[in-house]
Amino acid sequence: MGVAPYIVAGWLLVVGLYGAITSRHLVCMVLCLAVAQASTYVLLLAVGYKTGAAAPIYSTTVMPGAPVVDPVVQALALTDVVVEATVSAVLLALIVRAGQRFRTTDPDELGELHG
Amino acid sequence: MSRAVRAGVAVAALAVLGALIVWAVSDLRGVGHPPGVNSARVAPILAHERQAANAVNGVTFDMRGSDTLGEEMILFAAALGVSVLLRAARDPREVQVAAEDDVNRRGAISGALRASAATLVGPMIVFGLYVVTHGQLTPGGGFQGGVILAAALLLTYAGGQVLAVQRTDPVALVEVSEAVGALAFALVALGGVVFAGVLMANFLPFGEIGALLSSGTIALLSVVTGVEVTAALALILTEFLDQTLLRDA
Amino acid sequence: MTAVQACALVAVLVCGTATALVREPVRQALTGGVFGVALALLFFAYQAPDVALSQVVVASVAVPLMVLLAVAKL
Repeated sequence: MGVAPYIVAGWLLVVGLYGAITSRHLVCMVLCLAVAQASTYVLLLAVGYKTGAAAPIYSTTVMPGAPVVDPVVQALALTDVVVEATVSAVLLALIVRAGQRFRTTDPDELGELHG
Repeated sequence: MSRAVRAGVAVAALAVLGALIVWAVSDLRGVGHPPGVNSARVAPILAHERQAANAVNGVTFDMRGSDTLGEEMILFAAALGVSVLLRAARDPREVQVAAEDDVNRRGAISGALRASAATLVGPMIVFGLYVVTHGQLTPGGGFQGGVILAAALLLTYAGGQVLAVQRTDPVALVEVSEAVGALAFALVALGGVVFAGVLMANFLPFGEIGALLSSGTIALLSVVTGVEVTAALALILTEFLDQTLLRDA
Repeated sequence: MTAVQACALVAVLVCGTATALVREPVRQALTGGVFGVALALLFFAYQAPDVALSQVVVASVAVPLMVLLAVAKL
């Protein structure tokens, strides 16, 4: 089962997309997007993981030279988490404005552009 | 198309996507044996040359510092976007009602909530500052500590203390500190050009691994990021709250 | 794969599915918070404490707070 994390990442992507497509509330779409983004974190960390290695924080127990997992991939995942928070913030602000303007939060009812 | 048809098409398309993903990963080497040779080289370089004990923050603020510069600008733009979107809709009467509501709200909050908020705010701020300033030594850094500090600010609000500060200067404190944080990050990046000829170069003295003042600009960028993230997140949350936190009433 | 990693993967799978299939925003925000904590446990199990700390503060503090405030304003 060496590829289990990749399968979990794929499942999270599929389930997040399904939730976003069949949602009935705009805020539910934002949270399903968060689930789909979580698949990228799992994928990134699984790529960099080394069996038996320690976290890439050097201290008196892990001296430079001991095997550590890949820190570059973790830095990318960290940026990913930050970007998720900011994108969610902007999307929620847009949803608040759309809700105030159109008085509905059902994405199906927002589908038509009125002249 | 109707909802049911759309759900059916979605299930079919996602089943195909899922099958493709399973086919793609079945050929991969198992997790635990990264194939590249460079992944083992980065952390020792950071430890020996840059004296950074936390290799992840070393990569974030030094080796891939341009990515983090872009990420800080994303955060800045997001706070700007949320402010523009939500302030345009704000009614001045709504703000007045919210301010009065706030004063009345203090009586309605239970004593237990106020007591626990008052007890927790101090340790949270100290812990947030610890996480921000020790970014180069322990897991943490600017972003995590910044969110903890913003949460401490909001805890003050939740505990019933209104934070409107009467200032002679009409510009709000959170907006100034966010702009200062973003500008400081860009200035440190440009400092690399000025002092070492390369953008984002690590130009401060490196010190010794494990000491508080080590790893050059990594520690400085961690603090700068902490300032910016605290201010950006506090700004975003106060826009959502529609409250006049740290702003002229 | 250690036992902790296997348990964390199962927890992430279950919580992720639950978060995507809940249909009401406030409930989904709370389920999303639990999903964030499960992800943080997975990140700890895969030797990534920095990412785990970020994930905990973002997915349990920032995002549910913003969702609840947005839903209150709607």
